[in-house]
Amino acid sequence: MSVLRPLDKLPGLNTATILLVGTEDALLQQLADAMLKEDCASELKVHLAKSLPLPSSVTRPRIDLIMFVVNLHSKYSLRNVEESLHHVDATFFLGKVGFLATGAGRESHCSVHRNTVVKLAHTYRSPLLFCDLEVEGFRATMAQRLVRMLQICAGHVPGLSALNLLSLLRSSENPSLEDL
Amino acid sequence: MDETVAEFFKRTILKIPMAEMMTILKAWDFLSENQLQTVNFRQRKESLVQDLVLLCEKKRASLNDAAILDIVYTQFHRHQKVWDVFRMSREPGEDIDLFDMEQFKRSFKKILQRALKNVTISFRDAEENAVWIRIAWGSQYRKPNQYRPVYVVYYSQTPYAFTSSSQLRSNIPLLGQTFETHNSTTPLQERSLGLDINMDSRIIHENRIEKERVQRVTQETFGYYPQPRLEFAQYKLETKFKSDLNGGILAEREEPLRCLIKFSSPHLLEALKALAPAGIADAPLSPLLTCIPNKGMNYFKIRDK
Repeated sequence: MSVLRPLDKLPGLNTATILLVGTEDALLQQLADAMLKEDCASELKVHLAKSLPLPSSVTRPRIDLIMFVVNLHSKYSLRNVEESLHHVDATFFLGKVGFLATGAGRESHCSVHRNTVVKLAHTYRSPLLFCDLEVEGFRATMAQRLVRMLQICAGHVPGLSALNLLSLLRSSENPSLEDL
Repeated sequence: MDETVAEFFKRTILKIPMAEMMTILKAWDFLSENQLQTVNFRQRKESLVQDLVLLCEKKRASLNDAAILDIVYTQFHRHQKVWDVFRMSREPGEDIDLFDMEQFKRSFKKILQRALKNVTISFRDAEENAVWIRIAWGSQYRKPNQYRPVYVVYYSQTPYAFTSSSQLRSNIPLLGQTFETHNSTTPLQERSLGLDINMDSRIIHENRIEKERVQRVTQETFGYYPQPRLEFAQYKLETKFKSDLNGGILAEREEPLRCLIKFSSPHLLEALKALAPAGIADAPLSPLLTCIPNKGMNYFKIRDK
């Protein structure tokens, strides 16, 4: 199956798996390390991929959350994410997909406009997070957020589902986004 | 002097390229300035070697002195060897022992000599608290083979030790033991240079095969050693406008279109080498970028044929 579906596999016991998709392997690796440093009651697994579709040769657990990482310094990384999105089933976008934009801090290096990713996230009705992954402190904080999001998406937080989280995040968005 | 030792001296000195002869002999520091001055360095290499061996005999050079010369040669030619890296691990909560170089050398020698009957061990201190250890192995009935030694470089203030590849893989655990007993830590873990294989099994690279391919291609293109230091490269492009559509202002233009691209960096070639592994560019890189060291050029003019 070249399209990722959220519920095509049974969940692993107490396991939560996140898939980070992005061209810049070094950044993804660091983010993954930061996430695994977090204290977490669930067993975490981080899959790193450059793009979708994923190679069929690898067996993988059920993916609970996909984060698409765009580097604002690189049009290539944006294009890569845009193409990968076509390989994700629509049902994933009910709270199990997020976008992460890095590099906003260095304005002069940005070749992708902030609004471009805002529009992209809006099109796919998914949350957009900004974080300069190169900065260790920011990365650690983002890692904490992602771990919490992942636990919710995996259903490990009683009373809170991915869809709940999505509507919570959306209601705090700037209403002017609807005009875009 | 023993015949085999004289032969060993002869072969070791013969290995040294003429251009490096003086430097290496001086670094060896066995023959004095005065003695070296008595030798004619402009004669044919075979005669030079003979004279040097005679000098060594007169000075009663031992097998160990020859071994040290071999170490010096290898230090100058370390890039010709393939090295494995070992890292020593420490149990959490263990104290950091104070390191005594002399004691380390003594116990190292003792352990190996106890375990093996015929073995030659030599030490040479090097920069940054490192020690080069040369080990020539024999067997129970054979004297050590001086022409197939193993080198171990140990940086005493770090948990790392490097060994030159040896056909005698069976001796690696024994080497490991010498460190273990000295440091009283848990056994060595082997880790190879280069590809940073993630130790955390909770991180899975979906594109592991592609990653490995990129690493391999990068290594094939750039090699293992540090790149020459270059700070910029400039490409000038001159081309006439080409289009499938007929006409248009640009197509009629006589003057070629010009474009200038300049790459600059504190270490340009290392930056280029890092592009593909970091995921910023595809591998293999454009030959326009990778040909810089081969061609010895960093100004390029690209024109239409």
